[in-house]
Amino acid sequence: MSALIDAGVAERVLAAALANGGDFAEVFAERSAGLTMAIDESRVEAVQAGASAGAGVRVISGATTYFSHVDGLDPDDIERAAGEAAAALRAQRAESRPLSATQATPLPIQVAPAEVPAERKAELLRELDERGRGAGAEIAQFTASYAEIRREVSVANSEGLFSGDDRTRVRIGAQAVARRDGTVETGAETLGAHRGFELFDDDPGSIAEQASRKALTLLDAGPAPAGSMPVVIGGGFGGVLFHEMTGHGLEADHIQKGASVYAGKLGEQVAQPLLSAYDDGRLPNEWGSDAIDDEGVPTQKTRVIDGGRLTAYLYDGVTARREGAAPTGNGRRESFRHLPVPRMTNTYIAPGDAEPEAIIAEVQRGFYAVSFAGGQVDPATGDFVFGVSEGYLIEGGKVTRPCRGATLIGNCLEALAAIDALGNDFEVKTGICGKAGQRVPVGTGQGHVRVQAMTVGGTEV
Amino acid sequence: MIELARQAVEAATAAGASDAEAYAAEDSGREVRVHGGEVESLSAATQRGIGIRAWIGKRVGYAYGTDLSHTGVTALAQRAAEAARVVDEDDFAGPPEPSGAALRLMHAEGAKGAPEAGGGLSDPTLGEWSPDRLADLALAIEAATLAADSRIAGVEQAVYADSAESVALVSSLGIEGEYSSSSCYGYVQALAEGEDGRETGLGFDLGRGPAALDPAAIGREGAERAAAMIGASKPKSRSCPVVLDPTVAASFIALIGRGLTASAVQRGRSPFAERLGDEVANQVLALHDDGLDPNGFASAPFDAEGIPRRRTALIEASVLHTYLYDTYTAKRGDAASTGNASRSGYRSQPSASASNLIVAPGELSFAELLGEAGDGVLVTDVAGLHSGVNPVSGVFSVGASGLLIRDGEPAEPLREFTIASDLVSMLRAVRAVGADSRWVPFGGSVRTPSLLVGEMTVAGS
Repeated sequence: MSALIDAGVAERVLAAALANGGDFAEVFAERSAGLTMAIDESRVEAVQAGASAGAGVRVISGATTYFSHVDGLDPDDIERAAGEAAAALRAQRAESRPLSATQATPLPIQVAPAEVPAERKAELLRELDERGRGAGAEIAQFTASYAEIRREVSVANSEGLFSGDDRTRVRIGAQAVARRDGTVETGAETLGAHRGFELFDDDPGSIAEQASRKALTLLDAGPAPAGSMPVVIGGGFGGVLFHEMTGHGLEADHIQKGASVYAGKLGEQVAQPLLSAYDDGRLPNEWGSDAIDDEGVPTQKTRVIDGGRLTAYLYDGVTARREGAAPTGNGRRESFRHLPVPRMTNTYIAPGDAEPEAIIAEVQRGFYAVSFAGGQVDPATGDFVFGVSEGYLIEGGKVTRPCRGATLIGNCLEALAAIDALGNDFEVKTGICGKAGQRVPVGTGQGHVRVQAMTVGGTEV
Repeated sequence: MIELARQAVEAATAAGASDAEAYAAEDSGREVRVHGGEVESLSAATQRGIGIRAWIGKRVGYAYGTDLSHTGVTALAQRAAEAARVVDEDDFAGPPEPSGAALRLMHAEGAKGAPEAGGGLSDPTLGEWSPDRLADLALAIEAATLAADSRIAGVEQAVYADSAESVALVSSLGIEGEYSSSSCYGYVQALAEGEDGRETGLGFDLGRGPAALDPAAIGREGAERAAAMIGASKPKSRSCPVVLDPTVAASFIALIGRGLTASAVQRGRSPFAERLGDEVANQVLALHDDGLDPNGFASAPFDAEGIPRRRTALIEASVLHTYLYDTYTAKRGDAASTGNASRSGYRSQPSASASNLIVAPGELSFAELLGEAGDGVLVTDVAGLHSGVNPVSGVFSVGASGLLIRDGEPAEPLREFTIASDLVSMLRAVRAVGADSRWVPFGGSVRTPSLLVGEMTVAGS
């Protein structure tokens, strides 16, 4: 893999960045190209091709980061950006260590999406449309989308690091609307990976049927219950629960500002002994995986909870340096236009040994949340909320009827400690996580998980 | 900029497009983040890019990029034309006709940073604010937060950000226009220390330039909101009157605005579909879209495809008067464009979307509105709007926090509950409208007062 900027340019840029002092300087160069398209009303539309290239330069002096970025990869422009970043500093020139290039191995891509004719992608959308609409007469609308992106990155810093990565991701999504008389319900499903077009070798059209089936199921839904009760969370995208209620609170920037309920809890028992959890940026070809993070640190598997005990936080370079911790490969950024911040990669609760059916059978009256539309947490208070996209009532140990419009709400520490059963199933799903105005791809995973008590916000009081 | 756009249109026509449109934008932005009395980061950058729509008969494609060299723009124009060849024909696709009205240049004159000044869309003094002065402003926000209440334990972060944008639009049918605008905001996330954990509170302000921001007021609001939540508990589940403060009301109004776009309606993805002329709201609530309000961040002389912005009555005297149209949806709906094509920069193609949504203020002060509610719940924050609202049916259940209203007075703080209803029922149940209008930039540009909703489901313990 060839670097986007050569070592000589990188050294010049770093020297310019440290011209007025500073403890650390970095240049991050990026070239990306993508294609998106959609099908709606059985018509392929919104075909959009995008390309961008640029570099971001930052200088860190004490607790302050100075940042500037520029469109394009012209060495003179990048050097100018370095000068801009350094402009507010007033100290003596600082020296950069000579660069030593390391070769990160990008995740393997078999079929580069850019090499696949656009017409083939349109065909894929038509297949999704056909299968989604074919799932039932009550499917009133169906839309699907396709997205591919290739991001090449190079990063060099004043500590001598010089590395790069070449990342290709593809993702399809299906959304169905089912209608019966006055009732309208939606269902959605996605498939994505840090992979090439070979991801679609294995029956991609099935996600269209799954989306439609969810919408059709909900047509028979009644109102969701309201109140506190046991909740069983489904595998796969159910992992967004852990992502929100624990993952964000383990990001070191929140911890260091005292804005996380997990601050000061390292080594403490935060969950029952059956629970272990990981952040793993190395899962082969998963959506949230990369070879290196956006600061050049190789990604790694970090055990964040071990037998219920909190064992690690997630760091980027700034937060790791601040407390002398080892970086964990979690410094991620949306693009060269953004500063890296501690972010999750693929986060999951390790599977347990219970059969999912057995976990449900033990619940007299409760709620079964199969998948979520999304969730949100305030790491400082630990309060979280999840919108349930597919949920059912559990009565007498059995899943009885589907429910619409449910929300799960609770507090991280309480809910985490209340997890009392883990299924032996396991799946990782794709998500787009927003933080500090930046969106990055993340994987969320788990098997079936039961929370002893949680507030379900429905309309049936 | 306009020259660049002209060149792009020519290149697209040369590449085989029957018609073409180019949107070129340049944006200079700065951001200061402070924490603990120190500058955490200082960012400055300018970005430029161009987006090209190419029509080939009844097909349209889009491409965008940052390479603005002659070869770069030519390649982009070719990609736009290629994209058009992949899509399916659409009878309603076609370039916007020039409106005949001259697209005025809207430059600096008028605004002096004070929103009341009105007239222009740019604050000409923006450039006079050095990074050091902006850092002082952000530090003043943090200091004001800490000074406002002894229970404030810290500040997660205080942020100042601004943006100065220039836009040029050219089409092969003769549309040509350009304008400049500026905007800035400041916010703080305050942390209050309670007996059983931390509480957060957001304070913010926005304007055309930094002189319009009041750091003391931002700090006070953040501190008050955080401190007010100390000791919060879950409310009892019940159905009761609910007051939405302007920040919360704005989030709902933005969602309603999405449902009122002709694109959502025509594709059957709106609770307002087939409701033109119907009574969809209580008569106390009037809603307008105003793309010319000098204080609205979405204001411009023309929309994202060159149609003049205007003021449109959406809901008046209970009745739904019109949807929001761009050129495509207008053609399809046999209506005229309301000047509501929007894009989020050059990376996105235009689509129908609200500009500035404005709820007409009522007569009641905030205190009188609480008095009118009697016994109920005041909601000061909502979470999970992106996952808790079904955009098709309008059914929602979202996480909330706020205060109990007892005997018309604000009482104990409440957290970890949900409010549930559907958007149309909520509009019909609005019983009174406050006089406390403010601009809120969450999920759109909205100006609204507090709203008293007669009845909503509150789910807590």
